[in-house]
Amino acid sequence: MENEAGALSRVAGLFSARGYNIESLSVAPTEDPTLSRMTLVTVGSDEVIEQITKQLNKLIEVVKIVDLSEGDHIERELMLVKIRAIGGDREEVKRLADIFRGNIIDVTDKSYTIELTGTSSKLDAFLDAIERNMILETIRTGASGLGRGERILKV
Amino acid sequence: MSVELTGAEITVRCLQEEGVDYIFGYPGGAVLFIYDELFKQDKVKHILVRHEQAALHAADGYARSSHKVGVALVTSGPGVTNAVTGIATAYMDSIPLVIISGQVPTAAIGQDAFQEVDTVGITRPCVKHNFLVKDITELASTIKKAFYIASTGRPGPVLVDIPKDITQQKTVFSYPNSVSMRSYHPEVDDNSRQVKKAAQLILGAKRPMVYTGGGVILDNASEELTKLVRYLNFPCTNTLMGLGGFPATDKRFVGMLGMHGTYEANMAMQYCDVLIAVGARFDDRVIGNPKHFYSEERKIIHIDIDPSSISKRVKVDVPIVGRVSQVLNELITLIKASKEETDAHAIKEWWKQIDLWRERDCLRYDRASAVIKPQMVVEKLYTVTKGDAFVTSDVGQHQMWAAQFYSFDKPRRWINSGGLGTMGFGLPSAMGVQMANPNGVVACITGEASIQMCIQELSTCKQYQLPIKIINLNNRYMGMVRQWQEFFHGNRYSESYMDALPDFVKLAESYGHVGMKIEKPEDVEGALKEAFKLKKRLVFMDFITDQTENVFPMVPGGKGLSEMILV
Repeated sequence: MENEAGALSRVAGLFSARGYNIESLSVAPTEDPTLSRMTLVTVGSDEVIEQITKQLNKLIEVVKIVDLSEGDHIERELMLVKIRAIGGDREEVKRLADIFRGNIIDVTDKSYTIELTGTSSKLDAFLDAIERNMILETIRTGASGLGRGERILKV
Repeated sequence: MSVELTGAEITVRCLQEEGVDYIFGYPGGAVLFIYDELFKQDKVKHILVRHEQAALHAADGYARSSHKVGVALVTSGPGVTNAVTGIATAYMDSIPLVIISGQVPTAAIGQDAFQEVDTVGITRPCVKHNFLVKDITELASTIKKAFYIASTGRPGPVLVDIPKDITQQKTVFSYPNSVSMRSYHPEVDDNSRQVKKAAQLILGAKRPMVYTGGGVILDNASEELTKLVRYLNFPCTNTLMGLGGFPATDKRFVGMLGMHGTYEANMAMQYCDVLIAVGARFDDRVIGNPKHFYSEERKIIHIDIDPSSISKRVKVDVPIVGRVSQVLNELITLIKASKEETDAHAIKEWWKQIDLWRERDCLRYDRASAVIKPQMVVEKLYTVTKGDAFVTSDVGQHQMWAAQFYSFDKPRRWINSGGLGTMGFGLPSAMGVQMANPNGVVACITGEASIQMCIQELSTCKQYQLPIKIINLNNRYMGMVRQWQEFFHGNRYSESYMDALPDFVKLAESYGHVGMKIEKPEDVEGALKEAFKLKKRLVFMDFITDQTENVFPMVPGGKGLSEMILV
C-alpha cells in the first residue's frame, strides 16, 4: 500500500466497521519508500475472506493484495519474552531457548530476555513449554510473510 | 516567469477547469479565502444554503439528476460535522460528489483549535476516499484526483480537506490533464467468457426475471436495459434506487420489489429459475431473509462494477464485473447473434403465472374514501405532471407511495435516499435538481415529519427563486414508525405522533412562497393543477391525509419475499 499517513487507519477502520477480526498486523516501509508492505492475519470462512479481500482492494491506497495462505509461503514472527530465571531455572530456561533456537539478548540476576523468531505456532509452542508464572512479559510483532520460490508480490 | 496563485485561487481555478457551474455551501472561518476568490469570479456560481446538511443533499440531487459530479463547500468543525449526514447519504447510494472542507491551519492541527475536528477521521467510513492537503504544490493534483475518483468505477463522495494556511500560500498553478494512480484502476478486465455463460443461461431460462438497481441509473444504461428486456420479453423489476431504469409503463415492468414491492415482483423474484441482477446488491430491504431466498433454486447472473457487491449477501452463479452498459450491450449482441432462441412456450406460461399474481391488485386502496388517501395524491400528481416531473422524496411512508404510484418512465427522475434513508433529504435535493434542470418540473413528495428536518431551506428556495412544488402528505404521524408500531409493537405509538405542527400555509407564506391546505379528496387534482400553473413560484401543498393508512404489501423484517402482508 501507499506509504501515506492514514492508510493504516483505513485498513483498521474497514475491519472494525465490517466486523472482521485482525489477529495480527505488521507493517513497515519497503525498499521503495513510497510503498509500505503489510502482513495481516485474519480468520474467517471462504466467503468472509473473499469479502475482506474485495473490500481491501477497494481502498484507494491499497496497491495490491495477495492471500499468502492460498499457496506455499514463508512466515516469521519475532517475539521478545522476559522470563524469571533464578537458581536451577536459569539452566532450564537457557536449554529451552537453545532448543527453540532463541537468543538470550538481555540478562539480569533474576531474568533472561529471549529473542525468538519463527512461525506463530512455534512461538506459541515455546510459551506453552514454559511455566506460566515464570513469564514476566512478552511482546510479539505479528507475522510477516512472503510467497515461496518464484511467487513474488511486486508493484 | 510563471505567475504564482494562492491556494484559494487554485481551488477555484480547479473547479472552473472541471466545468463546475454550481457549488453548494456555507462560509466560515477556515474557508474565507476560498469564498473571497469565489466572489471575484462568476464562472462557478455559489448557492448559499441554510445548513450544511442541505448543501450536501443539494449537491447530491444535482448529481443524481444530471450525471455530473456535485460539489459542496463547507467550513471546518461544525461545517463538516453538519455535512456528514449528507456525505453518508451520497456514499450509501454511490453518488459522485466532491466536498471541499476548510481545516484549521496546519500548525494548529491536533491542538484542539477553534472549529477543529479530525475531518479525515470523521468522514473516513462514509467517503469513497478523502484527502488532507498538507502541501500547496499537491493541491491541484489532489482536486483532480478527487473528481476522478468520485466519478469513475463505482461512484461516491470524495472529500478534500484544505487547511486555511494552504489557501493563503502560493505556488505555480497547472491543472493536470489526466490522473494516473498505481493503486486505483477503475477499468475492468475482459469478461467475455462470463458474458457468454450468462447468455447461455438467459437463453435456456424458463422462468426468467430481470432485477435492476441504481447501477443502471448511475451508468446511464437504461437504453441498453430496455432494449434487452424488450427483445427477450422477460419480466423486469426495479429496486427503489433503480426506478426509471426500465419504463414503468411498459407491460413487462412488474413494479418495484422488496419490502414494499409489488406482490408480482416479489413472487417472480422468489420463484424464477434464472435471475439477472444488474447494478443491484441484494440488500436486506430487497430480498428480505437470504435463507428464505435460498429455499428456492435458481441460477443467478450478477452484473456489477463493484466486485465486493457480488456474492456479498447472496452467492451467485455467474459473476460479471463490469460497467453495466457495456455488459448489457455485449449480451444483446451475443443473444441476437445466437442460433438458439428463448423458450417462448415456457416464457408464455411464466407470464400467465405473473399475470395471475398481478390480479391480486396488491396496490389497491379505498378510492371512495372521504378523507384524502396519500396514494391518490401521488396518482393525481402523476396525471397533472404527465409523468414527466423530477420527483424527490424524504423518507417514510410517503417515499414508498411515491415509488409505488408515480410511474417513472425515465431514469434520473426519481431522487431519493435509498440506502441511508435520510429524513430531510427531499427539499434540499430538490433544490439541486432544479439547479441542474432549470426548465424541469420538480416536485418534492414529503411528510410533515421529514420536511421539518430541513425546512430552513425554504429560505434558500426564496433567494434563488426555485419553483419547487412541495407535496406534503400530512398524516400527523411519523407514518412509517407508526405503521411498525401498529404491526409489531401492539399499537403503542411511542413518540411517533407529530404534535404542535406549524401552520404550513403561513410558514410558506412567511418565506415568501405560496401555501395551500387541501383537506378534501375532491380538491386534490384542482389544487395540484393550480399549483403547477404557478411556474415561477414555490408552492407548499399541505395535504391532510388519512392518519391510519399503511403501506402494502409489506415483507416484515427477517421474513422472506413470498411472506408478504397484503391489503
